[in-house]
Amino acid sequence: MKLLIPATLLLAAATSQASPVTMEDQTQLNVPDAQRAPQFVPPAEGELPDNAFGKMVRDGHALFVDTRRLMPDAVGNGMNCSNCHLDQGRMPHSAPLWGAYPMYPAYRKKNNKVNTYAERIQGCFQFSMNGRPPAADSPQMTALAVYSYWLSTQAPTGVELAGRGYPEVPQPTGGYDFARGQQVYQAQCAICHGDQGEGQKVAGEYVMPPLWGKDSYNWGAGMHRINTAASFIKYNMPLGKPGSLTDQQAWDVAAWINRHERPQDPRLVQGSIEKTRVKFHANDGVNLYGQKVDGVLIGQGTGG
Amino acid sequence: MTPFKRAVLGSLLALSWPAAQAADGQKVFTQGGADPAALACIACHGADGGGMAAAGFPRLAGLPAAYLGKQLRDWRTGSRRQAVMEPVAKALTEDEIKAVSTYLASLPQAPAGHLRRQQIANDPTERLALYGDWSRQIPGCVQCHGPGGAGLGEHFPPLTGQPASYLVAQLDAWRDGSRSNDPNQLMVGVAKAMTADEIKAVAEFFARSASQEVNP
Repeated sequence: MKLLIPATLLLAAATSQASPVTMEDQTQLNVPDAQRAPQFVPPAEGELPDNAFGKMVRDGHALFVDTRRLMPDAVGNGMNCSNCHLDQGRMPHSAPLWGAYPMYPAYRKKNNKVNTYAERIQGCFQFSMNGRPPAADSPQMTALAVYSYWLSTQAPTGVELAGRGYPEVPQPTGGYDFARGQQVYQAQCAICHGDQGEGQKVAGEYVMPPLWGKDSYNWGAGMHRINTAASFIKYNMPLGKPGSLTDQQAWDVAAWINRHERPQDPRLVQGSIEKTRVKFHANDGVNLYGQKVDGVLIGQGTGG
Repeated sequence: MTPFKRAVLGSLLALSWPAAQAADGQKVFTQGGADPAALACIACHGADGGGMAAAGFPRLAGLPAAYLGKQLRDWRTGSRRQAVMEPVAKALTEDEIKAVSTYLASLPQAPAGHLRRQQIANDPTERLALYGDWSRQIPGCVQCHGPGGAGLGEHFPPLTGQPASYLVAQLDAWRDGSRSNDPNQLMVGVAKAMTADEIKAVAEFFARSASQEVNP
């Protein structure tokens, strides 16, 4: 991480020269660490009113937990929203919706503009679900925003609540190791996600999400960053046993997962992995896109 | 057939069959293994392998072969304890375990429920089954055991259609340590986090879902 900082600053400087209106990314700042105990409690299901608003909340909830089946045109892989946001978007340290909704609109470096909440969700569809985002004013987007709004009931606007995002897991001083990561994967993850990261299906529908390959998140998704995946894994995996892996194990297994091919970054620049790396990945946390691992170029995409 | 005759027949078969001859899974199911202590499955688990709900004997039909084989081996090693099954499993040969597991997996399974993770669950039992209780690190049952609890892969057996008393006995066994053969100790933590009332309610939820559920 330390080594990356000078390069990050240089690139950030270069970016700001090219684009004078740019600013610090408002969505990546000061994710509260895990030491701060989450206090916010989203409303209980029983408090949901039985009216048009309540129905829209229920619609949004259904889309959130069963996204792929209910929005086949928008989801291009085997993922649901609830795969990365556990407990129906409620769980602290699992990027809960109540930690996100009150923080928008916000400037995002990723697309260099102030994003509405709908635009932020569109990003999830484009990258994490490798699909085609529904229009911002579509009934589905409204339902997802209404569900998020309801979960955020009584949350302050523009305040970074403890439990928001995934807490940062500092990179171990010795870096990460693919071989150790593979061992962690086989011992802890393969039982659900499969020996080849392929996930598991019942009757043709994914129940356990695929972690790499054509049906997983693409090279533009935040989870392709090793640091982000390590944070998610450390605080959420294995299911029901969060915090059971060491920081080192979380980084190792995140690196192992994210050295595998997945769908191409939809922002691919002029068909060039190298140009895409320079423009979108060189200044994006710790990731392997466009680099060589064991002599093989990473980021070629699955073509699927 | 008396146990004596069966033992004689078994010995004759063992002597006359080439070593490479695979055990007959259907025969183990209906008549038992070569060792007379390896009782026939159908005596307790029913002619169709569908179990015997009144007695709490589980359904075996359609369960994954790898799962069934693992349970039989785990009774041999003691990581799963149960008075009737331990001697049966110890009396089966490895060939017989493989054969009967494969045979049972090939039998027609109970229809899967249609219950999906989609509706907001107001009822606390349905909520536990579908979504869990993450304040206690309890995942929803169907998150691993598949939609409707119909099972997923070789590690997550079906819950739907199993007798409630069997499901309760398994959760209790994880709590008291008499069952400790869950991969990565995924079930022991869940079982210990549940209350006795929740165990009973969720067991009845899945026992009921196969027989009653149409499409809620």
